[in-house]
Order: sequence, then structure tokens, then C-alpha cells
Amino acid sequence: MAEYIITTEKEKWEVICGLEIHCQIISQSKIFSGASTEFGDDVNENVSFVDAGMPGMLPTLNKECVHQAIKTGLGLNAVINKYSEFSRKNYFYADLPQGYQITQFQYPIVGEGAVDIDLPDGTTKTIRIERMHIEQDAGKSIHDMSPTKSFIDLNRAGVGLMEIVTKPDFRSPDEAGAFLRKLRSILRYLGTCDGNMDEGSMRCDVNVSVRPYGSDEYRTRCEMKNVNSVKFVMQAIESEAKRHIEVYENGGDIAQETRQFDPATQTTKVMRKKEFAHDYRYFPEPDLPPLVLSDEFINKIKSELVELPDAKKARFVKDLGLTAYDAMVICENKETADFFEKAAKGHDAKKVANWLMGDFFAMLNEKKLELKDSPVSAENLGALVELITSNVINGKTAKDVFAIMAETGENPEKIVEEKGLKQVTDTGAIEKLIDDLLASATDNVAAYRGGKVGLFGWFVGQVMKQSQGKANPQVVNELLKKKLG
Amino acid sequence: MAVDNDTVRRIAFLSRLKVEPDKLEETKEEFNKILNWVEELGEVNTDNVEPLVSVNNESLTLREDNVTAGHISQEILKNAPAQEFGYFVVPKVVE
Repeated sequence: MAEYIITTEKEKWEVICGLEIHCQIISQSKIFSGASTEFGDDVNENVSFVDAGMPGMLPTLNKECVHQAIKTGLGLNAVINKYSEFSRKNYFYADLPQGYQITQFQYPIVGEGAVDIDLPDGTTKTIRIERMHIEQDAGKSIHDMSPTKSFIDLNRAGVGLMEIVTKPDFRSPDEAGAFLRKLRSILRYLGTCDGNMDEGSMRCDVNVSVRPYGSDEYRTRCEMKNVNSVKFVMQAIESEAKRHIEVYENGGDIAQETRQFDPATQTTKVMRKKEFAHDYRYFPEPDLPPLVLSDEFINKIKSELVELPDAKKARFVKDLGLTAYDAMVICENKETADFFEKAAKGHDAKKVANWLMGDFFAMLNEKKLELKDSPVSAENLGALVELITSNVINGKTAKDVFAIMAETGENPEKIVEEKGLKQVTDTGAIEKLIDDLLASATDNVAAYRGGKVGLFGWFVGQVMKQSQGKANPQVVNELLKKKLG
Repeated sequence: MAVDNDTVRRIAFLSRLKVEPDKLEETKEEFNKILNWVEELGEVNTDNVEPLVSVNNESLTLREDNVTAGHISQEILKNAPAQEFGYFVVPKVVE
């Protein structure tokens, strides 16, 4: 990967970045109560007495949330801790009715792991995972309904979250972007989080510092909270790094603080200084004994794990002959990978990949359709490629057939049959077309034989035209070469 | 270990408890009494002893993932000092 270095008149600077990502766990009910996790229901309808922080109510841990966390940990190639504990993180905020968040502190459920990211230049880099713990989400505050009041909806309070913390391994905005896309892909493959950053089911805190290029010190970092798209994360890293450099080069110092990224101005501004930072006074959660997992429980989840993007990518390269790039693009999304596999079954996989990433995606884009609503089925795409590889139609006709498939959803064999689009490979018939052409275009024949070899394409075009596009171009080429001598 | 008046003020602030200035000294003394008492435990040798989190040796029991609660917004809001349109209403909090 080309290194990302910010060069000024005075110095070359390197960026150091780490991410903390909150991922909403997919489950029916909340992590410590039986209220629904459904998004978009009426205000305060999915709230139990536990979520509302009523005195005397006790949390009970949702098995599915534990299951999902272990699955995610395995997907991050991380250590699953058979012993973990819950802690209370104390702070007052209107959308946190208990006055504390139940989270994990000293003993998280998932330990160190590693995720490989694919960079734009085709290389890969390993990002180390520091830990992942589970905790409860807070409610939602709405500040723009009144100038003097805030409105609180507790539907989200108590929904399970996984907080994934990386090591400070990112050295460029591109690397952070690639990681978030990879993480989202893994979570969606696993079905543990839907990964929608714009809906807030995946939220990212970004830690940034800089240092002179080549040094190994770690300088003071600043944290940007709740950056809500991959693009904004990348912009936030860039703008924050530049701010640090400017401060240092003007003889100043960076204070450890929490900042907020404003996408409109692409700058960050201070949210709170460290001296006002919360003192969370963590202590072990007295209402929940430690979580002890059996090997049996963990191994069962391991055995049910789906094939993840990296493994799928490797298999597509090795067994189906795809290029690493094509395999990466196709495997980012599980639905796409499944569609491809279905389409490629029994056919030329590389050609299917080309069609899928070319005409097929272009068609979906143009029609603004999701893959699942595609008028062209996986089987029909495969059948179209088969018609090309078995020389029934040529590549040009295939594009026309595909356009009809996109309109009608019809299978390609039927279209070719009904429209009489089978290509002519019968050399006799093609020879006849060529003979007729050469007899009528004597000027061009003479010019070609006189050295204007560039005219060859014109001859091919004429023959194809006469055949209404159905002649096999390869046969036309060969025969023309022979006859023009 | 002993706390001073500033620490007492800070703890009170974090806990959102009002401690009148003339009560500071008294509260500090109470804090220090508790701390001194707990400090006696420091005399016990705890080398190679893992911290004890729970006195009952039970491990956590897990709940099946079923929706069993909710749709009681009227009851949830009953104690709220202020409510509007089904929301809890609080003085404006923007950090």
C-alpha cells in the first residue's frame, strides 16, 4: 500500500488511528429484558420496567445476545473468553434511566483478534482487534422538538450492543474505510448486526493522533464520537490529522479531548475537555454473576459458522479461477456471492463474473433495483453465458438478449429461439456473404491488397451487418483473412 | 487513605447529590471513617488471590430470546414528572 504521509514545508507526518465500533446485536428481545428490539415502533412501546430503570427490577441476560457475540468474536478471529463479567459504568444522562450502563470492563467476552483488510491497490493488511464486549444501548434524546425541552424515547434503551475496539493500527483514511467495509461485510455474513451506519445500528468512534514520519512515539490522541458513515470516518481522520499537524508546527500542544466531526464543514470541534471527562466509577454489576461459557456451547457455535468473506474469496480464486479483485468485489456482499455461485454453477465462472460485474450490475443500477428484485435470475444469467461459450450466440447478440431478459425476465434460450438469434457458424453461408461483399466492393479490395490493411475491420463489419449480427466473428475473421490473402 | 473537601464535592456532583457547604466537613469525616474501616481489610494477605466478584458461586443463567414485555407505555410514563406525545420530557440537555 502506498504510504499515507502528510508532507508540509517543515516535516513529514504519519497518522495513527484506532476505531471503536458499536454494533447493535440482531435479536428479538433486548439484552437484559423481554421488550422487543423492533425499530420504528410507537414511542416508549418497547420498554419494560427493567429498561425504564424502575427500582427492584433485575436484568436477565439474553442467551441469543451471548450467542451472537461469540459468533462475531469467531468471525473476528478472536479469542472467546470462557469467563467474563459485567460492570456498571456510572453516569447521569436523561436517556439512561438506570443512571448506569451495564457493560463489560475488565473481563470482556471476546479478547484479541485480527481482521485482514483489502486495500485499493490490491494489497492486504492485518488490523489487530484489542477486544470486544457486550453492553446495553441508551435511549434516544430528541432535542429539536422544543427550544427548552428534550424528549426521551426509551425504545432503544437496553438493546444489545457489541463494542469492537481495534488496536491503533490504521495509518491512513483508506485503511479505516476498508476496515469498516470489511467489518460490515463480516457482520452481515454472520447475521449478528445489520451494519447500517446511517440508521445508527453501527456507530463509530475515531481516535486520531499524528507523529513525525519514522518515529515510534505515540502522541496525545483525540476522539471523535459517533461518526456515522464510512466516508465521514475517512474525512474525519484526514481533517483531524491536519489540525494536529498545524497545532504542532505552530509550537502548540494537543489536549486530549472528545471532539465532534461536522460533515458540512469537514472539520472537528471540541465536545468536552478531559478535565470535565466523565469519571465512570466502574464496579462489578451486583445483579449479574459472572458469565461462564462451556467449550460445548462455544464449539456448537463454531460448527454452525457460515463461510466468511475471506474464505469464500480464496475459494472463488482457487476453484473457480476468478481474479483476487473480482472475488473480493463479489464476496463483499453475501447475497451477491450466493447469486454468483448459483449463476456460475456448471458454466464458465470467469465469464459469469464479468457479466455479473458489468452488464448485470449496470442494469440493476439503471433500474434502481436491489439484487433480490432482479428480473434476471441467477440461473438465466448462467444460461446466457453458456450460450456464448458454446458458440450458440456471439457476444454482441448476447448483449441484446440480456437487454430483453432485463425487460421480460424470460430465459435466454427461449429468446434466442423465438427471435432467431442463433449465430451462423456454418462456413458455407459465411463464405457466401464474403464472396458477395468482395465482388461488390472491388475498390476497397484493391486498396486493402495495395497495403491499406486498416480496412480489414470494415470488411468484418460489413459481413457482420449482412448476417444481421449473427455470424460468428471468429469464423468471419478467419475466412476473410484467407480470401483477402 | 483520606479524602478532602474537594473530593467530597466532586463525588456529590457525580452522584447528583446536593451537599450544603456547612455539611461538607461532616460528610468528609463520614467518608474517611468508612475508608479507614475498609482499609483494615488491607492487613489481610491477598497475594495470588483472584478478586471475588460474587459471593454465590452460581454462574449466570441465560434467558431465551423471546419478547415477553413492553406495550405498557402508560404505566412506564406514570411516574414521569413531565410527559408529552408519549415521550418523557426533561429540561433541554445538549452537551
